[in-house]
Amino acid sequence: MNKVLQILLLCFLTVLFVPRADAEFVVEITRGQAEAIPLAVVPFSTPEVAQASFDVAQLVDDDLARSGRFKTMGRKDMIDQPHNGAALVIDDWRRLGNDYVLVGQMTPDNADRYTINFELYNVLNRQRLIGYQISTNRAGLRLAAHQVADMVFEKIIGVRGAFSTHIAYVSVLGHVPNRIYRLIVADADGENPHVIMESKEPLMSPAWSPDGQSLAYVSFEQRVPSIYVQVLKTGERRRVSAHAGVNQAPAWSPDGKKLALTLSTRDGNLDIYVLDLATDALSRITDDPAIDTEPQWSKDGQTLYFTSDRAGGPQIYRISAAPGGRPTRLTFDGAYNARARLSPDESQLAFVTQEAGAYRIATMDLRARSGMQVLTKGHFDVSPSYAPNGAVLIYASRDRDRGVLAMVSADGRVQQRLVSSEGEVQEPAWGPF
Amino acid sequence: MKKVASMTLLLAAAVLLAGCPKKPSVPESANSRSQVPASASTLGSGAASTTGSPYGDSSSMSAADAAAHAHNVIYFDFDKSEIKPEFAEVVTAAAKNLASHTALKVKLEGHTDERGTREYNIGLGERRAQAVRRALLLQGAAEGQITTVSFGSERPAVEGDNEAAWSQNRRVELNYQSAAGQP
Repeated sequence: MNKVLQILLLCFLTVLFVPRADAEFVVEITRGQAEAIPLAVVPFSTPEVAQASFDVAQLVDDDLARSGRFKTMGRKDMIDQPHNGAALVIDDWRRLGNDYVLVGQMTPDNADRYTINFELYNVLNRQRLIGYQISTNRAGLRLAAHQVADMVFEKIIGVRGAFSTHIAYVSVLGHVPNRIYRLIVADADGENPHVIMESKEPLMSPAWSPDGQSLAYVSFEQRVPSIYVQVLKTGERRRVSAHAGVNQAPAWSPDGKKLALTLSTRDGNLDIYVLDLATDALSRITDDPAIDTEPQWSKDGQTLYFTSDRAGGPQIYRISAAPGGRPTRLTFDGAYNARARLSPDESQLAFVTQEAGAYRIATMDLRARSGMQVLTKGHFDVSPSYAPNGAVLIYASRDRDRGVLAMVSADGRVQQRLVSSEGEVQEPAWGPF
Repeated sequence: MKKVASMTLLLAAAVLLAGCPKKPSVPESANSRSQVPASASTLGSGAASTTGSPYGDSSSMSAADAAAHAHNVIYFDFDKSEIKPEFAEVVTAAAKNLASHTALKVKLEGHTDERGTREYNIGLGERRAQAVRRALLLQGAAEGQITTVSFGSERPAVEGDNEAAWSQNRRVELNYQSAAGQP
């Protein structure tokens, strides 16, 4: 008997603080991958059960197809719909061109409790790769589906799936001078959006705490910028930086105890500082008349990456996270390279570059120090953020004058757009596992 | 088992999020407001004598605002923070005003167009506000009369993805505040 693990999904029926947002997303894959792996996701339940509750298999199918790594089989092409390995005629699925097949069954235990059993088979060698069971209430079905997709993705691709993670972003409704700015947290596929903060003044630069429990962000709600830290679960928030002048670009240290941020002197000189969240102690990291901003930490907390225009235009630099360091310039291609984000394995830096008058997402291999690779083709692609597994980047793009979110695989081969039904969407930040 | 723990954590977060009651959707005040100018002009031309309709009031107010506004905005070239010669008069007049009314305070709001990264644009907006601040100080305003704030590209004056809009957005607004002091 193979090991069958069980995850009990907890049900919180407490009164919840976060309202739903109205915007939802339509995903369009704009560029695919030729060598996508053929896989069949067989429906987990009868159409009646799926209709009455949730079509788990369809969401698993959507997740895997959207990743660009899989080519999933259409249901109408399936000659059979087995729900477990015993009923699976593997040769049939191989003849239909699949490398893998996922079968499963969703069983209602009672009105609000479901058990999902699923098995993943390698069709070519007939090996069972996964046998697993998830128990959940109705509200947890969507998450359970993302977790199934995560497991399948990890088993086949060898990289942890990030379908069950979250994103934060800023959405802008209405038009000047009567805009409404919202800070929103949603599932990684853009579903389940919830408003975390709403203001008539700009909200900027959401940053996830390493434990995924809090967001730091900039709010102009008092007509000047301040940095706040807000606990998602309770809604409790604290103003952590409200100096005269600029308070911008918060970035959490990997241990969650400090924020790197941008402050200004009285004469408007922007430099990078590190704020100790427990003691409020502030240390100055850069000291240059240029604009120094957009800090990011290395995983060991020893180094900060940041943007500076000390050499003329904005370029990306690296400096010790302890005071007194000397910065090293990292980008040399092009006149504009800014807002770096470090890939989770620290092999790559993603940033915004200017190319032929357009702003696009580029990456640079930090180990080889090779030239940069431009990943996107839009005219206004900014704010890249890595998925916690490093496979994909989410970024802000423009679609017919409207701000939308888009994703690109870290190698640039797969692109997709998340089209919001309303508002202007900007500054996505992908949360941790 | 760490994985199970983290999955449970994620789950907790997601269930929390998923289970939320629907918020009454925010009234689309922004959208309806944006249609006001069109209705206002229609009403204005249609009605021979206005009887103080809200439309008439708001349109005359905004016209007055706009007229006042025109003298309190300095526009900049792309990626530049130098004050262009055509705005020298605006600066001189503002400096005189501040020098002769020492209780008067001004907030300089620096803005950029939407191009580039948002946080770097905050830096550019601050640089523009500081350029105006320095010019005002040189011409007799006092330090304590001036504060600066940069909105970067977050609060455009005009929406649009073209130079006509961008040129209106690269600006420093001079916002006078009464001595009583606003925040």
